[in-house]
Amino acid sequence: MTVPVLKPPAEQAPYDAVVIGVSAGGLNALRAILPRLPEKFPLPVVVVQHRGVESDGFFAQYLDQRCAVQVKEAEEKEQAVPGTVYLAPANYHLLLEDDRTFSLTLESRVCFARPSIDVLFESAADVYGSRLIGIILTGANDDGSRGLAAIKKRGGLAVVQDPVGAEVETMPLAALQTADVDFVLPLGAIGLFLANLYKQR
Amino acid sequence: MTNTTDDDKEVEDLEINLLLEGMFKRYGYDFRDYSLAHLRRRLRYRLDSSGLSDMGAMLHRVLHDRSFFELLLRDLSINVTEMFRDPSIYLRIRTEIVSRLKTYPFVKIWHAGCATGEEVYSMAILLHEEGLLERCQIYATDFNQIALKKAKEGIYALDQVRHFTANYQKSGGKESFSDYYSADDHSVIVKNWLKTRIVFADHNLVTDSVFSEMQLVVCRNVLIYFNRELQNRIFQTFYESLCPGGFLWLGSKESLSFSTMGERFEALFPDEKIYKREL
Repeated sequence: MTVPVLKPPAEQAPYDAVVIGVSAGGLNALRAILPRLPEKFPLPVVVVQHRGVESDGFFAQYLDQRCAVQVKEAEEKEQAVPGTVYLAPANYHLLLEDDRTFSLTLESRVCFARPSIDVLFESAADVYGSRLIGIILTGANDDGSRGLAAIKKRGGLAVVQDPVGAEVETMPLAALQTADVDFVLPLGAIGLFLANLYKQR
Repeated sequence: MTNTTDDDKEVEDLEINLLLEGMFKRYGYDFRDYSLAHLRRRLRYRLDSSGLSDMGAMLHRVLHDRSFFELLLRDLSINVTEMFRDPSIYLRIRTEIVSRLKTYPFVKIWHAGCATGEEVYSMAILLHEEGLLERCQIYATDFNQIALKKAKEGIYALDQVRHFTANYQKSGGKESFSDYYSADDHSVIVKNWLKTRIVFADHNLVTDSVFSEMQLVVCRNVLIYFNRELQNRIFQTFYESLCPGGFLWLGSKESLSFSTMGERFEALFPDEKIYKREL
């Protein structure tokens, strides 16, 4: 018997990371998706959830208690590893570097948001190229749609929550208008989609 | 829409390298060890708004046009700050660090990357209220001349004052915040007596060296823009700048956890990012 490896070889796993952007309605949406991921989910998952500038680590703790994967706030210069969900800290933009470590910046707000989904997605697209899955969920603005287009431009996979049934449809609709989206799925199906990516192999 | 290939990205990265090399060789400002993700964002932003065709064209422009270089300099330096930013941490400095600083006959404090000066004046106010300011010398440095000029002037928009005041109160402020400034219709100006213990100076963390022995180094939300190698170098600079047992205060999302210099410092208050140099 072989020891299970966290990172499957390239021919098995076409993706190296998942990025998720979500705004209004995010708590419910993430609660519907992240608990479906198995403990040894073979990709890092990086999430930008818009939230107040003074919100603390509670959000990560809350999700961590409900998930098999570890959920934590991303730290500056920390390495993104499989089986972990990283949340952007409040009031900083979160970016990925080529060595797959995180950077934070205090650059101006993008789409009125810091952290901004576009900022994370565009930097992740640079790093992971075609081996990236970008997911846009419920939200009340259009942050993330340019980022999702950037992921598609680099050959990655674009998934958007079905606006019908989304707590707030604005952000999924904006993403569908801007990017050439591969899958439009209801919330429940997105978690299964991610979990099944690797289960079947 | 055509896809951007790995090849395109490789070329862009090469152009960015050459651009940074050119800026350094021509103007002496060294961004070569900044966070690449941050650089890509800021340079693409300038490229998009410049009408130039690619980063290679930007290199040509920056070498021949000093005003374009100054534009890039502004793009690459982020000056987001406020008075008593993270007030609960200022409270910790007030209650835990000031008493330790008082054990020194004379206290030198270095605000490295002071931007427009809000946090320098916050520190001066805090030290004044704790009866230590007269025994302190504060060095406030930045490489951005425009920001440094603003810091020296100490003039801030009136509409920020409500927020600054709330921060001041949460930070354990003992007086009335309005004692520290005079106001007109649009702005407030920091009282002159608060500036007497502060020296503002042009200093580039990346290229300039240690200039005095400090009891406290404050460097908040500057290192996040640097890559790991440069961070390690700057931590070395801070180590050499601090007296044994001196304090290093970083931004609330910065840490020594991922640095090779981590073991040379004790995490005195890890949540507040207050470190103590080894003896």
